[in-house]
Amino acid sequence: MSIDRATVAKIAHLARIKVPEAEQDHLAGELSKILAFVEQLSEVDTEGVAPMSSAVATTLRWRPDQVDDGGTREAILVNAPDRAEGFFGVPKVIE
Amino acid sequence: MTALNRLTMTEALTGLDRRDFTAVELTEAHIAAVATARPLNAFLVETPERAREMAIASDARRARGEAGLMDGLPIAIKDLFCTKDVATTAASKILQGFVPPYESTVTANLWQAGAVMLGKVNLDEFAMGSANVTSAYGPVVNPWSPGAPGAWPRRLVPGGSSGGSAAAVAARCALGATGTDTGGSIRQPAGFCGIVGIKPTYGRCSRWGIVAFASSLDQAGPMTRTVADTALMLQAMAGYDPKDSTSVNRSVPDYRAALTGDIRGLRVGIPAEYRVDGMPAEIERLWDQGVAWLRDAGAEPVAVRLPHTQYALATYYIVAPAEASSNLARYDGVRFGLRVDGDSLIEMYENTRGAGFGAEVRRRILIGTYVLSHGYYDAYYLKAQKVRTRIAEDFRAAFTACDVILTPTAPSTAFAIGERMDDPIQMYLNDVFTVPASLAGLPGLSVPAGLGADGLPLGLQLIGRPFDEETLLRVAGVIESAAAITTLPPFVA
Amino acid sequence: MTYIQGETGDWEMVIGLEVHAQVTSKAKLFSGAATAFGAEPNSHVSFVDAAFPGMLPVINGVCVEQAVRTGLGLKAQINPVSVFDRKNYFYADLPAGYQISQYLQPIVGKGEIVLDLPDGSSRTVGITRLHLEMDAGKSMHDQHPSKTYVDLNRSGVALMEIVSEPDMRTAEEAGAYVRKLRTILRYLGTCDGNMEEGSLRCDCNVSVRRPGQPFGTRCEIKNVNSVRFVQQAIEYEARRQIEVIEEGGTIRQETRLWDTAKGVTRSMRSKEEAHDYRYFPDPDLLPLVLDPDWIESIRTTLPELPDDKKQRFITDYKLSLYDAGVLVAEQARADFFEAVAKGRDAKLASNWVNGDFFGALNKAGKDIQDSPVSAEALGGLIDLISDNTISGRIAKEVFEEMFATGQPAAGIVEAKGLRQVTDTGAIETAIAAVMAKNADKVAEYRSGKDKLFGFFVGQVMKQTGGKANPALVNEILRAKLAAG
Repeated sequence: MSIDRATVAKIAHLARIKVPEAEQDHLAGELSKILAFVEQLSEVDTEGVAPMSSAVATTLRWRPDQVDDGGTREAILVNAPDRAEGFFGVPKVIE
Repeated sequence: MTALNRLTMTEALTGLDRRDFTAVELTEAHIAAVATARPLNAFLVETPERAREMAIASDARRARGEAGLMDGLPIAIKDLFCTKDVATTAASKILQGFVPPYESTVTANLWQAGAVMLGKVNLDEFAMGSANVTSAYGPVVNPWSPGAPGAWPRRLVPGGSSGGSAAAVAARCALGATGTDTGGSIRQPAGFCGIVGIKPTYGRCSRWGIVAFASSLDQAGPMTRTVADTALMLQAMAGYDPKDSTSVNRSVPDYRAALTGDIRGLRVGIPAEYRVDGMPAEIERLWDQGVAWLRDAGAEPVAVRLPHTQYALATYYIVAPAEASSNLARYDGVRFGLRVDGDSLIEMYENTRGAGFGAEVRRRILIGTYVLSHGYYDAYYLKAQKVRTRIAEDFRAAFTACDVILTPTAPSTAFAIGERMDDPIQMYLNDVFTVPASLAGLPGLSVPAGLGADGLPLGLQLIGRPFDEETLLRVAGVIESAAAITTLPPFVA
Repeated sequence: MTYIQGETGDWEMVIGLEVHAQVTSKAKLFSGAATAFGAEPNSHVSFVDAAFPGMLPVINGVCVEQAVRTGLGLKAQINPVSVFDRKNYFYADLPAGYQISQYLQPIVGKGEIVLDLPDGSSRTVGITRLHLEMDAGKSMHDQHPSKTYVDLNRSGVALMEIVSEPDMRTAEEAGAYVRKLRTILRYLGTCDGNMEEGSLRCDCNVSVRRPGQPFGTRCEIKNVNSVRFVQQAIEYEARRQIEVIEEGGTIRQETRLWDTAKGVTRSMRSKEEAHDYRYFPDPDLLPLVLDPDWIESIRTTLPELPDDKKQRFITDYKLSLYDAGVLVAEQARADFFEAVAKGRDAKLASNWVNGDFFGALNKAGKDIQDSPVSAEALGGLIDLISDNTISGRIAKEVFEEMFATGQPAAGIVEAKGLRQVTDTGAIETAIAAVMAKNADKVAEYRSGKDKLFGFFVGQVMKQTGGKANPALVNEILRAKLAAG
């Protein structure tokens, strides 16, 4: 499987990363190489094999239904590049 | 008396206990060493004031007879661990200016044990790399680089991603450092810098508060100059954390007690699949030497098969980028870190993430996005998770025939900054021996075992059963004694 | 079948609903921050909810239990193993860049809901699945000229997404579905069903087709927040689609928004881009494995649900389907009725509860738990009717007084002297007086003008201040008038 520059542009948009057009060809080459490398997995017989769901043999633990977090608005907002009136600010979205 | 920064943790604790010196003195010696070592670019943030405060508090605790496991021992923290009120960057521009309002569980455990924080150390951006060359804040120089400090003819890489940690410990700036290991990020730099490092069993150390790279693989561990120190520091770091759903509720054994030196009757597995094409003869010789040392100590070498080893790297380079592509979506310029404005929300995202992520991180996010995208999920991600099951099964089968597995840590000694940079795959091959244990969630340890013809350190890797860090430490102790390396890195020689 | 008449013939709507029900819990699905509604922006937010670096989810056990309870209430399959997946997309109010949801393996599988339709008939609608997921935060687009403001208080609140089969054919059925689902959730205590506060939101999938033809292309109307709007939005959307098709156009599968003010649906610009959610199992969470014994233990704690209760009311209390349906629509109403009906005439109790009692509550804008008249007090009033102490008409007056003052019925009857007159002598005296005063009308009655009987009854009741026993008045009056 080889990736062309249109695919690079598409996945870069999906990942919300601006990739200057000048770099798209080079990146397409690199990504194609990586894909060619991982292609070897198709050799492995995985018929009837379950995908690994966890690297650890344990069960999912449940937390009690207790309010023991939150109420720390300043700490939540203090690192924000744009904040106003207790909200995070982002460029206006038109629904 | 030996300079205080050249002691091991164990020696330093004895000295503190005997009142030969104070934690403040020990800390000052390290603060000075950190300053001297600035040409290595190991530290991203130095916190000498905090170190002094912590040392003073430590001396007071010791005076009251309340000293903890690591009380007064100065250490460095990989800048992937969130530290309250101390900038945390993951060596990425995208986290510029981020000051966590919380402390990671592992570092909190270390402070609880009395350790002293010297600062935050460099790493590959978001821990993605094997040479510490992807850091947005410049590469780290391996203190083993030959020549006069600062005027190196060839600046060598320290390995990665925990390159700053390994360099800081090898350069005697810190008695130990935290590392994290996703595919070899503790073990490979430990090998390159001639120190000990362990990636514990997945679930042994809490991941809470550590900037995530690949959640199903990331695991924190200690990096120190001796096996005993690694045992001590792991003891302080490990433990159950209800805030991490993948943390295992299992008591932490006394790791130092495991260092008996007695490995009689222990079956040491030697997997033929690790004799990869193009492996330098000296590494093969070192491996054989390691087997001989263990046999001499009464262990029994056995041949084991790990037939899917050759597929581990490919599996890793699907699973890790896939998880990373999702884990790194939160760096969007809204709540913390860098924002590069744009006319719309989407433009702001694209500008911020385009400017904030370096080339390697960008590559991995794109690959990860691709392998999860519509129409490719089954062929790549799902397939890789199935092969991962096969790899884990290989290990389970091998451990019915042996108690521990011995392999080289990396296929080469440290190379120079700038080498192997044009081809991502070449760089990925550094992790060929460390990745399989990561995929299976097993503990892996790298211990210095000798020097290559170039005078650079070489490590051997031990892989164990889940939660059998004790056996790894015990066997590593035997190798450490047998190897008896006394050569110091040129930077501190 | 109810069809819509188009320009070119009949059309049938096909409707499936996805209801997002906020799980009743104190804390969020994966963090310890509060779920309470109406707090200051970003005050009920943990670092997990805001997706800070290194933060990890840990699941709230009560939210799991609530989902299982709901599944059992919907007579659905509970899956012993389910998996949390990440649904990846970028949006301002989705801090992690992914929503933790359940994709291929939801916690609850197929179930059903029986709708009670206005004509008294019922219809079964299939439930496809129920899964747990976290809510996103809230974006506010109208607070600033060039910015959208983001509040993460809702981010991470547990939701149950309940997906129906495309089994509904009219907007009324869709409305009945939402109402019935809300009733069941409230009985179970798993969602408060408060649509105004957004605890219950509805996405409507609507398509139209010629009767008997395969399904058409559907449009999804997002986030409709009242039963009335659900019906209006579906009605509007179906007619819009019919118009498009009849004018030769085709329906594009898209996400639309219900504009409450204009009463129209419109295409959502922000959702136009094709999505590729890149679902994969969340590596921060392990599969959710449920012990079958635990599931059974939840089953034993389920309350009697509305359908069963309605059947019991019809069987045990001999109530009409309609009365029973009205009573069971709210658990509190049903409980109140049962308390009133205990040891009394159930039909009378039902009439009083559904009639004057709820009429008064609605008028006063009060909930049943704030009622000034308790079930016991209403029962006391009914007892006075049953033992002929007061008449039904007087009872209404007494009830008004009870509702206004909170006094018991017996006290009001005594204090106001409202006790019914059953003394035949007193009634005969009153009748004699009325007949003497209206001799002309007595003559008319006797000459065949039967209709005047009502007039005499009214006069006698007036004479006795309304306290005379109506049956006795009828009996004696009839005899006296005939005796002439």
